[in-house]
Amino acid sequence: MPVTENWKPTIVAFCCNWCSYAGADLAGSSRLAYPADVKIIKVPCSCRVNPMFVLRAFEKGADGVILCGCHPGDCHYSTGNYYARRRMTLLFSMLDYLGIEDGRTRVEWVSAAEGVKFSETMNSFVETVRALGPSVRLGDLRCKN
Amino acid sequence: MQELIVKARQLLESGEVSRVLGWKKGEFEYDPEPAFFETAESLDGFVYNGFCGANLSKYMIEAGKKEGKTLVFLKPCDSYSYNQLLREHRVDREKAYIIGVGCKGKLSGNKLPFEGILKVTGADYPDAQQTLTVQTLYGTETVAYQDAMLERCHVCKGKEHVVYDELLGESCDTVDADRFAEVERIEAMSPAEKFAFFQEELSKCIRCNACRNVCPACSCRKCVFDSTAFDSAQKANTTPFEEKMFHIIRAFHVAGRCTDCGECSRVCPQGIPLHLFNRKFIKDINALYGEYQAGSDLESKAPLTSFTTDDAEPGVGRG
Repeated sequence: MPVTENWKPTIVAFCCNWCSYAGADLAGSSRLAYPADVKIIKVPCSCRVNPMFVLRAFEKGADGVILCGCHPGDCHYSTGNYYARRRMTLLFSMLDYLGIEDGRTRVEWVSAAEGVKFSETMNSFVETVRALGPSVRLGDLRCKN
Repeated sequence: MQELIVKARQLLESGEVSRVLGWKKGEFEYDPEPAFFETAESLDGFVYNGFCGANLSKYMIEAGKKEGKTLVFLKPCDSYSYNQLLREHRVDREKAYIIGVGCKGKLSGNKLPFEGILKVTGADYPDAQQTLTVQTLYGTETVAYQDAMLERCHVCKGKEHVVYDELLGESCDTVDADRFAEVERIEAMSPAEKFAFFQEELSKCIRCNACRNVCPACSCRKCVFDSTAFDSAQKANTTPFEEKMFHIIRAFHVAGRCTDCGECSRVCPQGIPLHLFNRKFIKDINALYGEYQAGSDLESKAPLTSFTTDDAEPGVGRG
């Protein structure tokens, strides 16, 4: 895709059912704006996100992936987000190691009451990814041009 | 080598073990392969020399499904892999008779041609820090032992076996390099350079799956790479997704369980430094969640199945 002034990144946001998805809902009902390029995927808990989900999102054309879950300590299932935090820390560090800029991946804790935080997070994340341009590297990792 | 055969023969004949898991001569001098020996006579084909780098612990999963005990020879670093399998309940300690064998650094058959030595027909096996003499079709050649050593031996885990019934032979520590030096070198690169480096390496991959098949940690009964849909027995071809993401997922699935035995890099027919993926995870785990060596004990909490409430937040800068 040619990078033009009007280029808009595609963002996949994994949101947990109990906090972040409700936070996104609140952002909507409070009429807070966030870019329409953010595609939300609802998951039961942030720890439901398999590392493959993140990679597959990139493969299918995402330019950035963000994971939103309950604040640590507030998980509906008590401890899910603590496991997710370790996994994503390692996965994102690995992606950075392979040359996929760390700006393309993010984890943010958003509670059901934080509609404002949800909207601000998405706006700033989209801006970061837009500055980085389209993501092609993961798909090309094994193919040399 | 003779004392190993004598011991194995003794145990087989007394009926204490039903089979022996060791190495037999391969097609060439430099590629002995893992083998089961069921009878005392077959032990004539047993070899143990500087090229026996193969880690036998994974074969113990299959051996455990058979009747009777299996005698297995483990080098110090292999014993970590065995311990890790024990911890994951993949092997039965009761069905194994483990002889810890001495190791003074193993040689890489692949490194000899790089040194200009072709058609190897024989070799002597001195200690590390000495000179290796190799007989070839074109005469005798010498090479510094360390130059022909496997990558993993340069970051040797030491000479202590973590699990054994009996010890035979002497070991020595062969560390002469910093384990994370290469990982740190890559981390310091710009994203474009990192990508160029890995693309160069990974574009050599032919998806033979040797790295997965040899890995002692990669021993799930059902592997995501064998089936495009779970619960189907088909070994269907992979999707383009798996083709592309194979190396990341392979390394992630063994993160926290990888003992850094280096088998993946040893068997890669294309010479891809696959251990760099595993070591990156190990380095991060050590830095963020405390020093951890998989397989060193049976009790400690594994880093990815435990947590603390004040873990680092994801993100390279913030971690």
